[in-house]
Amino acid sequence: MPDRDEVRKRFIELIKPFIRQDPGQEITDDTFLDADLRVNSARMIDIVLESEDAFNILIDDASMGRLDTVGAAVTVIMEKLP
Amino acid sequence: MAKRVVVTGLGVVAPNGVGVSEFTRALRAGKSGIRHDPERVRLGFGCEVSGIPQLEAGLAETQFSVAQLKAMNEVMLYAGLASLECWADARLTISDPASGNADYSTGAIFGTGIGGVDTIAARLIPFTDAAQIRRLGGTVPEQVMCSAVSAFLGGILGLGGHVSTNSSACCTGTEAVILGAREVASGRAERMLVGGSEASSLYISAGFDAMRVLSRNFNSTPAAASRPLSASAAGFVPGAGAGAIMLESLESALGRGARIYAEILGGEINCGGQRNGGTTTASSATGVVRCITQALRDADVAPEEVDYVNGHLTATGADPIEIANLSTALQRSSSDFPLVNATKSMIGHALGASGALECVATVVQIAENFLHPSINCEDLHPRILPIAASVITQTISKQIGVALKTSFGFGDVNACLVLSNYSQDERINERCRIGTKSANASLN
Repeated sequence: MPDRDEVRKRFIELIKPFIRQDPGQEITDDTFLDADLRVNSARMIDIVLESEDAFNILIDDASMGRLDTVGAAVTVIMEKLP
Repeated sequence: MAKRVVVTGLGVVAPNGVGVSEFTRALRAGKSGIRHDPERVRLGFGCEVSGIPQLEAGLAETQFSVAQLKAMNEVMLYAGLASLECWADARLTISDPASGNADYSTGAIFGTGIGGVDTIAARLIPFTDAAQIRRLGGTVPEQVMCSAVSAFLGGILGLGGHVSTNSSACCTGTEAVILGAREVASGRAERMLVGGSEASSLYISAGFDAMRVLSRNFNSTPAAASRPLSASAAGFVPGAGAGAIMLESLESALGRGARIYAEILGGEINCGGQRNGGTTTASSATGVVRCITQALRDADVAPEEVDYVNGHLTATGADPIEIANLSTALQRSSSDFPLVNATKSMIGHALGASGALECVATVVQIAENFLHPSINCEDLHPRILPIAASVITQTISKQIGVALKTSFGFGDVNACLVLSNYSQDERINERCRIGTKSANASLN
């Protein structure tokens, strides 16, 4: 099972195409997907689907609502990992 | 007073050439972009040939981000490529997406006949029917909405004026040019990006194949399959691609030292109302003649001033009727008929993009003083023989004063654009310009 650093690294790679604004600094757990990276809500749906495929997990609607920062997304993915 | 409208940029994705310079070379050479398609054979199409733009591998990836490519289908891709070329050709810059400023003086009217049916077929229907709704992801609506094309262009170019997708079957492309020209002439916009795009999806041509209006007698000789004006023409060849044109007020163009390709003198869009012989699929001659006559009136051009017509000419039984209608509208027949060619002879019929592709071809010919051959009409239709001397069968050098671009579509809709070479001639300056009459009428 991948550790938290590994999941974060893979998640950041996965969201790179959807980033509409260079955050100007390293992406960390505290980086907000909407405010810092300007990922819009329609693209969040695709990030969820790609995360599901990449980690072989299912992210339910309740968990989707928690995906505001990179750290929160990594936590959700860690929780769902088998 | 209506403003003069000029063309300051071009972009094209065509079956016989991607990019304006390659397309221009292909037009001069009479090069066909029609190819045999084994997939159509497998599926039992009567017409086994089509015109599909041959994009260089990796071209889309150099122009669009991974995220954009994930959210775009073929009709958006062609529109995007043609429009980016047009924007750069007009020497305009794209504002930084992060700066927050839209270009409020520029809009886009960019049409499509059918739109994103490939996305509907490949994703929307199968995923929905398989109860996989959430797996559709977040990008289906933006690809299947009727305004997908213009919404996409508005975003990549940061347009702040009127941004809309028009759709009027095979009139769409020419209609977009006229609608955009009216925006500029009225002063509502400095610039309008106009054009049309159509995908190559088999789901688009299947219905036309079933109607038996596609070419099926030249499957083994694809380059000879699109035969406008010919006695052996028996249907059109499905095409695909996009044409983009930057329309600009003359004062804006001169103010920024833009290259001026041609001038838009006027145009008319109407409908035959499916009366007087018009039906859903056939034009009413009365409507067509009226459209052409009104377009000339709008442009303040006399019928005898027309040097050249880029016809709708699809290679169906409607070709001789179109020539007869032009004769009536222009009051010119036999040797007096203006020069005429059919761009579709090389690229097929790209439906909602056809008028745009052919408007680009018309502007290129005006700007570069030549007329391209109408290929595959060595056996002219007997009813077209009286104007044989006017049909361009070999590339010629020609200074074109006034040109007409006609397009006709299902629904009995008609569009006729009047263009000319750009002239600083004072006589031209004093002429009525597009929209003047309607503007005056509204004052009365």
